[in-house]
Amino acid sequence: MSQSYNRGLIEDFGRWREFTAGMWAWIFHKFTGWVLVGYLFTHIAVLSTATIGTGVYTETLQSLESLFIVRVLEVGLLSVAVFHILNGVRLLMVDLGVGLEAQDKSFYAALILTGVIAIASVPTFVEGVF
Amino acid sequence: MAERYSSFKPGGTLWLLQRVTAAFLVIVLAFHFFLLHFVNHASEITFAGSQYRMGTLSYYSLMVTFLVTATFHGVNGVYNALVNQGLDGTQKTAVKWVLVVASALLIVQGIRTANAFAGISF
Repeated sequence: MSQSYNRGLIEDFGRWREFTAGMWAWIFHKFTGWVLVGYLFTHIAVLSTATIGTGVYTETLQSLESLFIVRVLEVGLLSVAVFHILNGVRLLMVDLGVGLEAQDKSFYAALILTGVIAIASVPTFVEGVF
Repeated sequence: MAERYSSFKPGGTLWLLQRVTAAFLVIVLAFHFFLLHFVNHASEITFAGSQYRMGTLSYYSLMVTFLVTATFHGVNGVYNALVNQGLDGTQKTAVKWVLVVASALLIVQGIRTANAFAGISF
């Protein structure tokens, strides 16, 4: 018979001080998932300006890209996407039973790699905004 | 024996599809970000550039598949998160159908946009 770990009620966020690495990974995956699905709807709405006219699309994208806050939000979006991708790979590995004993370490690795990629991307994202 | 925590039904199609789309999206989302932020900078994107990319059948079909899989994966994820939080009964059914309709609208609008770039009109 398979054994499973009793994680308690993770939906009770008041217990956050007791959360282990796997629980934080679960919460971060949900949070980044909500952000990404919200962004997907926004993204299609912005790109839909192409159905109005060619000039409207180009002007909309270029005026959004001229705003510093949009560039900051793009770095945020990249961070959220990178974490969701890396932790998603970790979850697929867990589902396949690969590296179960290192699932906490792979969560920390995903966090560190996300931070490094986000910081390294800043020069590309802010290029030309000033 | 420990309780079962997943909101998915054991052996269900949705469970499998969530993972199959995840494996696809890991690659395509990384490609999408890399192409449109690092190869082509977002600030330099114009209708002509998007039209050029979408004019290729392989890119157009990849983006439409990306839209459909991302919508399914995202909306199914939201539904499961809500079920995990205790959504049940009539509310669960109502939320399910709102999400199904929202997904259908998003996919239709996304394909209309892709067609505008590719010069496809009906």
